[in-house]
Amino acid sequence: MSETAPQMAMSKALNESLRKALENDPKVLIMGEDVGKLGGVFRITDGLYKDFGEDRVIDTPLAESGIVGTAIGLALRGYRPVVEIQFDGFVFPAYDQIVTQLAKMHARALGKIKLPVVVRIPYGGGIGAVEHHSESPETLFAHIAGLKVVSPANPSDAYWMLQQAIECDDPVIFFEPKRRYWDKGAVDVGAVPRGLHKAVVVRPGTDLTLAAYGPMVKVCLEAAAAAANEGRDLEVLDLRSLSPIDFDTIQASVEKTRRLVVVHEAPVFYGAGGEIAARITERSFYHLEAPVLRVGGFHVPYPPARLEDEYLPGLDRVLDSVDRALAF
Amino acid sequence: MSVKSTAARRPTRGGAKRRGDEPGLVQLLTPEGERVEHSEYSIDLTPEELRGLYRDMVLTRRFDAEAITLQRQGELGLWASLLGQEAAQIGSGRATRPDDYIFPTYREHGVAWTRDVDPLNLLGMFRGVNNGGWDPDENNFHLYTIVIGSQTLHATGYAMGIAKDGADAAVIAYFGDGASSQGDVAEAFTFAAVYNAPVVFFCQNNQWAISEPTEKQSRVPIYQRAAGYGFPGVRVDGNDVLAVLAVTRAALEHARSGQGPMLVEAFTYRMGAHTTTDDPTRYRSDDERVEWATKDPIARLRSYLDRQELAGEEFHAALETEADALAKRVRDGVRNMPNPQTMAIFENAYADGHPLVDEERAQFAAYQAAFADAPEHSEGPAAASGKGH
Ligand SMILES: Cc1ncc(C[n+]2csc(CCOP(=O)(O)OP(=O)(O)O)c2C)c(N)n1
Repeated sequence: MSETAPQMAMSKALNESLRKALENDPKVLIMGEDVGKLGGVFRITDGLYKDFGEDRVIDTPLAESGIVGTAIGLALRGYRPVVEIQFDGFVFPAYDQIVTQLAKMHARALGKIKLPVVVRIPYGGGIGAVEHHSESPETLFAHIAGLKVVSPANPSDAYWMLQQAIECDDPVIFFEPKRRYWDKGAVDVGAVPRGLHKAVVVRPGTDLTLAAYGPMVKVCLEAAAAAANEGRDLEVLDLRSLSPIDFDTIQASVEKTRRLVVVHEAPVFYGAGGEIAARITERSFYHLEAPVLRVGGFHVPYPPARLEDEYLPGLDRVLDSVDRALAF
Repeated sequence: MSVKSTAARRPTRGGAKRRGDEPGLVQLLTPEGERVEHSEYSIDLTPEELRGLYRDMVLTRRFDAEAITLQRQGELGLWASLLGQEAAQIGSGRATRPDDYIFPTYREHGVAWTRDVDPLNLLGMFRGVNNGGWDPDENNFHLYTIVIGSQTLHATGYAMGIAKDGADAAVIAYFGDGASSQGDVAEAFTFAAVYNAPVVFFCQNNQWAISEPTEKQSRVPIYQRAAGYGFPGVRVDGNDVLAVLAVTRAALEHARSGQGPMLVEAFTYRMGAHTTTDDPTRYRSDDERVEWATKDPIARLRSYLDRQELAGEEFHAALETEADALAKRVRDGVRNMPNPQTMAIFENAYADGHPLVDEERAQFAAYQAAFADAPEHSEGPAAASGKGH
């Protein structure tokens, strides 16, 4: 990353990324509720309607199944739709189209057709919202073959990963950690981007690996900083992608540190942590000094805003698991 | 398609073009507060009843204004204002009978008022202390629904149940003009028609779905959609409480008497922002708001009451006092609303229990207990990092 890379909020980085994609490829379309004049409820599409017009930046009827279903049709016709789902909890009217159609058409057509559709979903909690505005449904998509599922954790990845997702010929479910929209970071628009599905060591360490993605990467970095005060040297991985998952990078880290804690906001039960724990146990059983532990949400509906700080894994719950893993 | 041809093909919407005397818009009270008659829908109310409707609207507006203030003061996380939609809500709510069942969206504070739901109950969800928070069967007023359009299917199923039971009641489902685009709403129309369910679909067309005008949802007036499903649709002046009451009464009676569903489109206007997080200046003109202000539902009934000398100064003064008291009760009630206990997270996920939830509850309780002791005894990582960062 060059020294002069400008600081940008994640929301701005996503906006710039969409702008670049619209400029670079006339087949790219933006679709969704309120993405036009309003610029989206999070302003991720701010200014694009003005600059690219209503044929490229399309305010759709309030109908998620319709949005994804017609995006599929447009993709079949050679367009590259990037659809915005307003909030995590509102993707379910479109879930049928995503799961039964978008995910499977390429295979059903014996690979003859491509479905380059990106579904952007602001997800996760921590912003004090009402129900259906704070959920982490990523596993429900990662479980479906035919979809790719990614989530950036910082502005630079937001900028690059979104363009890579748009260039990808497979459908990509692009989860945006909404509570990180306003966090700033350096974005080097001249850099060579890393692979869309590559996990990254964001803090090297020797005593234990914390693996996270999206909103929890920052929490894990804070936890590692707090643990450093105790003389513990934690390694932090940003997974970046949930389907596929870069198990090689996790494995290499775990075989160095010998302990792994996976952290996500989504409920632990049947969650990404379980998949990672099982695979890493298979791959690295003799390297592990402790069972792989998981920190995440409970098997309950996402609670009302005044309880979300208790529900969401924070520094303390992460460090508690670190203590438990190190105690083995 | 060029911009020009798009504009030419676009149906007109809102504003000055839609006068009360326009065909297809049922009106009994003009924006100037004059009583007019309609061939199909009539109403005859006592002065007492007229004052009652006025009181309902004034108190509802005051409650709404108080909630907006509370949101600005940080007491509520969010608020969806009903400003401008009082007549649509009070008129339709007052048309229901206690044994009718109501399925609202998230904006039906006035309808809730007509069902004697404690206004404080409506605020828990917006304050973030619960995700609903009342027993729907207490007042036959279902929980607020945030996922757009879902409740229209629940309403239809409930109505199918009423029909199966041979009961003499009806259901009313509220939704917005934006919601009319959802597949769920189309499916609700289909089911209701096929099963002749006693349900009234009450669409409050407040002209906007967040930033999108009604023409981004439909190229025909929403009430006309009913025809395609095989049941009647009617458009009523949603800022005319008398017309809304008359039309909704008739629609509910239509449903109750075994004639099946009906669609009522209340043509109204959202005078404020979509919610307190919205910025309407980004997408709509001030002229439009000013134009609609002349059709204010409360001012309209007030001028009729004044004209007819049905409500004197004492009435208005007493109502003002009552509104102040309501506002104070709401303010104090919200400020004193306790935060839920942490362990409430684990309550009510299941009716019959679930061992995993029990296990997670026990683990979390132990974790919390250890944490509570930590600051006094240790300099451990948990203590050092602080809580609730
Ligand atoms: C399925 C779904 N998609 C998107 C949203 C986000 N959203 C909340 S309200 C709203 C607009 C609703 O407009 P309308 O149905 O006209 O009702 P109004 O709020 O104007 O009363 C949108 C898009 C949602 N709540 N549910």
